[in-house]
Amino acid sequence: MKKIFNRTFAWRQVTENTLFFPIVALSLILLFDFIFIPGFFSIENRDGNLHGSLIDIFRNGSTVMLLAIGMTLVIATGGVDLSVGATMAIAASVAGILMNPSALKNEVFFVTDPNYTFQPLWLVIVSALLVAILCGMWNGVLVAYMRIQPMVATLILMISGRGIAQLITNGLRVQITYRPYSFIGQGWIVLPFSLYIVAAVFAISWLLTRKTAIGMFIESVGTNFRSSFFSGIDEKKIKLLVYTFCGLCAGIAGLVASSNIKTSDANNIGLTTELDAILAVVIGGTAMKGGRFSLLASMVGALVMQAITQSMYAIGVPAFALQAIKAVVVILVILLYSEQVRTFVRGISASKKVV
Amino acid sequence: MGSDGSIASQFFKRTIHNRQAHMSESDQSLLMMEGIGKAFPGVQALEDVSLTLRKGEILCLVGENGAGKSTLMKVLTGVDQPDSGKIIFDGREIQPKSPLEAQELGISTVYQEINLCTNLSVAENILLGREPHKAGRIDWAKTNALASATLHNLLGVDIDVTKPLGSYTVAIQQMVAIARALYVASAKILILDEPTSSLDEHETDQLFKVMKKLKNQGVGIIFITHFIGQVYEVSDRITVLRNGKLVGTYETAAISRVGLISKMIGRNLAEFDEMTKTKLESGKHIKSEALLQARGYGLTDAIQPLDLDLHAGEVVGFAGLLGSGRTETASILFGVDKPDTGSISINGKEVHDHSPLNSIKRGIALCPEDRKAAGIVDDLTVRENIVLAIQASKGWLKYMSLPEQYEIAEKYIELLNIATPSADQPVKNLSGGNQQKVILARWLATNPQVLILDEPTRGIDVGTKAEIQKLVLSLAEEGKACVFISSELEEVLRTSHRIVVLRERQKVAEFAGDVEESTIIHAIAGSEA
Repeated sequence: MKKIFNRTFAWRQVTENTLFFPIVALSLILLFDFIFIPGFFSIENRDGNLHGSLIDIFRNGSTVMLLAIGMTLVIATGGVDLSVGATMAIAASVAGILMNPSALKNEVFFVTDPNYTFQPLWLVIVSALLVAILCGMWNGVLVAYMRIQPMVATLILMISGRGIAQLITNGLRVQITYRPYSFIGQGWIVLPFSLYIVAAVFAISWLLTRKTAIGMFIESVGTNFRSSFFSGIDEKKIKLLVYTFCGLCAGIAGLVASSNIKTSDANNIGLTTELDAILAVVIGGTAMKGGRFSLLASMVGALVMQAITQSMYAIGVPAFALQAIKAVVVILVILLYSEQVRTFVRGISASKKVV
Repeated sequence: MGSDGSIASQFFKRTIHNRQAHMSESDQSLLMMEGIGKAFPGVQALEDVSLTLRKGEILCLVGENGAGKSTLMKVLTGVDQPDSGKIIFDGREIQPKSPLEAQELGISTVYQEINLCTNLSVAENILLGREPHKAGRIDWAKTNALASATLHNLLGVDIDVTKPLGSYTVAIQQMVAIARALYVASAKILILDEPTSSLDEHETDQLFKVMKKLKNQGVGIIFITHFIGQVYEVSDRITVLRNGKLVGTYETAAISRVGLISKMIGRNLAEFDEMTKTKLESGKHIKSEALLQARGYGLTDAIQPLDLDLHAGEVVGFAGLLGSGRTETASILFGVDKPDTGSISINGKEVHDHSPLNSIKRGIALCPEDRKAAGIVDDLTVRENIVLAIQASKGWLKYMSLPEQYEIAEKYIELLNIATPSADQPVKNLSGGNQQKVILARWLATNPQVLILDEPTRGIDVGTKAEIQKLVLSLAEEGKACVFISSELEEVLRTSHRIVVLRERQKVAEFAGDVEESTIIHAIAGSEA
């Protein structure tokens, strides 16, 4: 009797964990892949580097994972950032034009030399990220100090951002062939290099939020900003901080994305990724109204989004139908996540106890 | 549904019938609520409350915050179900399960915030869902005529009903809401929940005229307000609630203002002795230097400039009715709102950058009045709630280690006797009284010199109340300066060494030492002793 009680208690602790449902969702998708897609789990070793569909999920999911880190913190304060896709495009444009300024002379210049860059790589990266940080600060100022609804405030940059990105590149697509830059998105050191970037950003964010008081302040502001203000927390500064950080994450994602396609394409880089990032956070269990958040669960959420895409491609769903299929799967995942279904699952575990 | 004109005529028939009934059986009550009890987790909101409403009368329901007025009305309108007691309406027992059901029975409520559509026309608002049709389409001419007639006949209001509701004043909007309640639901009982708080004097008069007209038509009106003047202007009888209990029901003509206010804020001489002893003992330790000194400190439209000194070892009570400026004073003292006149010194040094964060750093704490909105952070755990303010004052970099946090949390859980399974329990799962203790713990953890407590005992049970009162006195004894704000005068008297009386956003009097309760009541009411 005692053993059974202990086991059900542990089961309950497992289902209460924020990671439980995102991992269940991911497992279900991977199970589907295991059954229907032969060779999905095979991993090849090419010259010491690992390749395979699973690795691709991680590699292609890296931009959404980066965005999801920033987005988690923004959503935890009760806000949302719709402009991350546009910020990606802006950062990519800044990087592109600094490496290949031919577009400014109104000519499309196909650089063929993989060793050519107009500015050194460190300057390229720092400038692009600084501009992305400025974009984030802009959102933060509008939301925290101007008291504009987050959705409206970030919509401004979402709409105008791609225009700004085009202005930077003079309306042209900039070819990027500089090899060291390509390494950001395409390089491998056993695992894809972009994964190391994700890991680093994740580690820094986790340390910042969980090893300083910032995480607690964010959750407090997101749960009840008035109580937080009364308790001496500067909720405006906290909001400014998370939007700025979200901008930085979007900037890094923009570098990864542009490096991946060797182009800074103001119109297409990061298109609709803001929605993927928001969904990743929601699947990760952070409530849209703000409050408690889990960065790790958001990472799993981002992988769920990417695994869906990857699986659909693998079973031959055409690209144009992908969004519709994705929507159906997302609905299923969200349903799995709803309070009703959770109660149902708990009910099952409770009835097991009786048997 | 077909002939909508008949609804109005039915209504008139009924009101005429009511009026006759009113004349012949004037004592017969329209509504009797008997022995109503209702408990929420951790608080007995209503205990054995009875209320009667006669046909064609205006009954005022008064009481301070947390007295149980709104809970009683929620029980009547089916928002909440009572735990005990019965409701007899029009001679038969009813158990409304939803506001809609209550409305169908003839009990309608007009709330302070108007729940109509301001972008639709007045006529649409009154007749929404019941518009007369012609050939399958809404007959607008008839709709407008009907709406205008309803407003004119029932309320004596003549306005252009085709204009959007939003283009009229709040008073008119309220009348439209009343008209809808009367027309759609043909209400026999109309509950007006603080309808005058957003109205100016002229608009209030307009509303009172309408109320009197309806009263003459036999409608029973329950009027909730905290403006004592209005109670006397319009009501026939007054029912007073305090702490979820019925104090009594009085003929308006037979009770004086002072009498009414003392009934609202209550007094109870039992348990008084012990507290008085403690108070006298602690009163010996009051220092003469002021920890906090405000001069001409005020904020337009919130509180008129006032002078205030807070000394170490002293409890200063703020007495006054709801809306007298108690909370506003607390807000500017703590720095939540920025004052526009005067100066404030803390420890003899004048400060200019007053804000909650700076106040905490300077050793001032405010336990706010609205526990849900400005106190607890409900998703966070008890531990996080307790360490929140102290962590905020340390800044984000000096994050207290978990063992440190648990130590502080567990110390206060024990000290204040907080009933929680563990320090990791989300604070939303605690009862109201324990949530209040968690907030107290948050402020005590910052080790303040000046502790401002705004309604620290509201909505919590009697035992916890006494605990908190004793705690306040013992804190003063330790050398802290405390401000104690409460709607219950009895409580203020019991715990304070000095009492500041506020009326109409102004400091009107200050009493030190032993003072008669009646003196304070007169100061609150603004009449001569």
